[in-house]
Amino acid sequence: MLRVQDLKTHLFLKRGVLKAVDGVSFELAAGKTLGLIGESGSGKTMTGLSLLGLPPKPAGRIVGGTVSLDGRELIGLDEKTLADEVRGRQIAMISQDPMTSLNPVFTVGAQVAAPIRAHGLGGDSRRDAAHLAVEELQHVRVPAARQRARDYPHQFSGGMRQRVVAAMAIACRPRLLIADEPTSALDVTIQVQLMDLIERIQAETDAGLLFITHDLGIAARVCHRIAVMYAGRIVEAATAEQLYAEPRHPYTQGLLASVPRLGRRDKRLISIPGNPPDPLALPSGCAFHPRCPHATERCRVEAPPTVMAGDDQVACWLHA
Amino acid sequence: MRAYFVKRVLQGVVAIVGALLIVFVAQRLSGDPVALMLPMDAGEAEFAAMREALGLDKPLPAQFGIFMVNAVQGDFGDSYQWQAPAMTLLLERLPATLELALAGLVFALLLAVPLGVVSSVHRGGLVDRAAKVFAMLGQAVPGFWIGLLLILFVAVELQWLPAFGRGGLSNLVLPAIALGWYPVAAMTRTLRSSMLDILDSDYVRMERAIGLPERWIVWRYALRNAMVPLVTMIGVYFANMLGGAFVIEVVFAWPGIGRAVVDAVFARDFPVVQAGVVLAALVFVAVNLIVDLSYGLIDPRIRHAKA
Amino acid sequence: MSEAVALPRPLLARLLRRGEGGFPFLAASVLALVLICALLGPWLTPHEAGKIALADAMTPPAWAEGGSAKHLLGTDNLGRDILSRIIAGARVSANVALYAIVISGLIGASLGMAAGYFGGFVDAAISRLIDVQMSVPSIPLAMLFAAVLPPGEAMVIFIIVLSYWTWYARLVRGEVLSLRERDYIKLAKIAGVATPVIFYRHLAPNVLNMLLVLATLQFGSVIVFEAGLSFLGLGIQPPNVSWGGMLADGRNFIDVAWWLITMPGLAIMASCLASNLLGDWLRDTLDPVRRQI
Repeated sequence: MLRVQDLKTHLFLKRGVLKAVDGVSFELAAGKTLGLIGESGSGKTMTGLSLLGLPPKPAGRIVGGTVSLDGRELIGLDEKTLADEVRGRQIAMISQDPMTSLNPVFTVGAQVAAPIRAHGLGGDSRRDAAHLAVEELQHVRVPAARQRARDYPHQFSGGMRQRVVAAMAIACRPRLLIADEPTSALDVTIQVQLMDLIERIQAETDAGLLFITHDLGIAARVCHRIAVMYAGRIVEAATAEQLYAEPRHPYTQGLLASVPRLGRRDKRLISIPGNPPDPLALPSGCAFHPRCPHATERCRVEAPPTVMAGDDQVACWLHA
Repeated sequence: MRAYFVKRVLQGVVAIVGALLIVFVAQRLSGDPVALMLPMDAGEAEFAAMREALGLDKPLPAQFGIFMVNAVQGDFGDSYQWQAPAMTLLLERLPATLELALAGLVFALLLAVPLGVVSSVHRGGLVDRAAKVFAMLGQAVPGFWIGLLLILFVAVELQWLPAFGRGGLSNLVLPAIALGWYPVAAMTRTLRSSMLDILDSDYVRMERAIGLPERWIVWRYALRNAMVPLVTMIGVYFANMLGGAFVIEVVFAWPGIGRAVVDAVFARDFPVVQAGVVLAALVFVAVNLIVDLSYGLIDPRIRHAKA
Repeated sequence: MSEAVALPRPLLARLLRRGEGGFPFLAASVLALVLICALLGPWLTPHEAGKIALADAMTPPAWAEGGSAKHLLGTDNLGRDILSRIIAGARVSANVALYAIVISGLIGASLGMAAGYFGGFVDAAISRLIDVQMSVPSIPLAMLFAAVLPPGEAMVIFIIVLSYWTWYARLVRGEVLSLRERDYIKLAKIAGVATPVIFYRHLAPNVLNMLLVLATLQFGSVIVFEAGLSFLGLGIQPPNVSWGGMLADGRNFIDVAWWLITMPGLAIMASCLASNLLGDWLRDTLDPVRRQI
């Protein structure tokens, strides 16, 4: 359904070019979930934004690659087509922070109705769209949805706001749902509820889910496949079972060695020595080599190619 | 909300009492207040009557008391030019002044809102740069001079619009521009910077991610948020315009309280002058109160926080 | 976006680069010119400012049709030379602005300092006073005092001080309050450093910078205020020359002599613009981080 090949999104900053996404490839089938895992700054969020054609303005630009969704090429579409036909309609995003992702001066009902109206799905009248918005709120299990549609975001709890954000995202039944750390700002019990909700929605609509997180515990629970990002590249991708049982890349091994548990909220992955690299001055060769216990001279000089092993991929000289 | 309302009203009352005190002090500052209150050709009997009415034989606090009692009833003496209560005269002219100030505010907003929005959307673009230059020049140019230039070019040279007096919409245009000119720069800047913050916010990113048309996002979803800081300033702008209207009214021969007060100063018609100052302070306080209480209309967070 | 390149670059670029680039020479020169005219006015004017020459009445500026090189900016209805009168008017503008700002600054800064430092009742009283002052619009207030005081420069200065001191008071009060809460001031107090010393060492440098910025910015605004009063006939009285008064005179001949209202207005605009630009530059230089004025 979704096929991303060699996607490159660079940020053109005053201090230099930041290669936020630098040749990312993956595939995702309908009804399946792909986890995109990495430390902050590894390019996972930027990958999600690039699929929507929304790299941060004015610095960000998609400089290469292809993204095809149900056979349609998305890179190179003009802004209007992207807004009218792709964003919200075919791909939607549930963003990181529910506290700041809702517009404070519009009612929740109006905000859920907005994409329905924008994509012409609510019939002609405002009333129909409002009615559908209430249905969406019921769908994401907001209690007393009819009344609460008239409330403003600040009258909702964090978990409820995230449900509203989810309702906005799924209102037009997109084929691909991108969830960018949807749970990181929430309490553990709310996290579990929300993940159940997202999984249920996905099952109902048969959408693909791209799940962006730094939380390996949650990823292990919900993802069929997992891609690990480091410095703008996917260093390893495999089925969840394969990845956890037998990680191939030293970086993945390091991540797993930090023994993640569900709900663990550490941002730092302590078992890997050193710090994430300066994105404006990436190390030569393999970007991970300064922190890698297996680094050789070759790793320092030459970037490893991505090698396919069945459906799995890995970019490391140990496996080349 | 109620506690807040009561507090704001009390602050307003303190301000009005302060204004009355200033007027009272100004009266005494001039030496013999009776000389101010009466026409120059008044007879000795009138002087004596006025002295007694003002209680000038009593100690100062008592005099202030009498002044206050009269003031609360809206009694600032009779205008001797017009032989009628000063406050009544001015209240008749208040609608003209409010009309002018409101038109000035509308002009300022009509110019500032599109300018602020467009310069934030196209940061560094042509409109943004032009607005900056315009703002710099605008802040350095007195409104009454703009008024004179408008009369010179639009009314005298081009003869498009009338230069003087009150009447239809065509009479309102030039004075409104002259009056609304000054705050445009500050309004544009306020709106631009809040728009820049908002266009960079998570919820705008979310609105883009679900495919809302950019037009909606900018002019509806972002703009309403960006208007909050602007509206909080509108009270101040409107009040300043009421003050500015005093000069603009003279330029355009606009029959409002400003021109009446200026005329009264020249005619040494002091009751009208002091009533004018108190009225201006009253309107100022009232406008700020109304604006304060209306933030909630555009920002539900404020509405509920005070509830 | 690319149209922006087509704009007349030099002037625009110079105007836009305020605060970021170097010292604003143009603005400083304009202000210096105003001050020089104020100081040396009578020696600089090509003609005597008040000299009536009916034969030369209503001469347009030199470059306009019917103009003469003798009167660069033309003459008014009494044949008085506009350029000479603008130079003479600079004296009033500069005089009023300087006195008004220094006095407002002194009064405002003292009251603000007292309010911030002593707090409690003193602060409450002064803050109330500021509130009251700010809730009476300044132009109507000016008219009140114009009605009771003898007209002239002193009255204009008094009226301006009355409206402007609150700015300085609020600025200084806020600064003192925030400084008082800083640890090093508290430590100095605990260590027994005398109060005046604390003031001198820690408060004065910060506060003085900000006062300077505010004063520069307000120079232009005071000139505009004075011009407004004089335009209404409530400020500087003839035969003294003021820019506002010239505008009032020229207004009567607006349909025959455009230069009578454009020239003095340009003088007001240039001084005000210069003071704003210089003030912005000073702020960016002295208080680059907070830019709170």
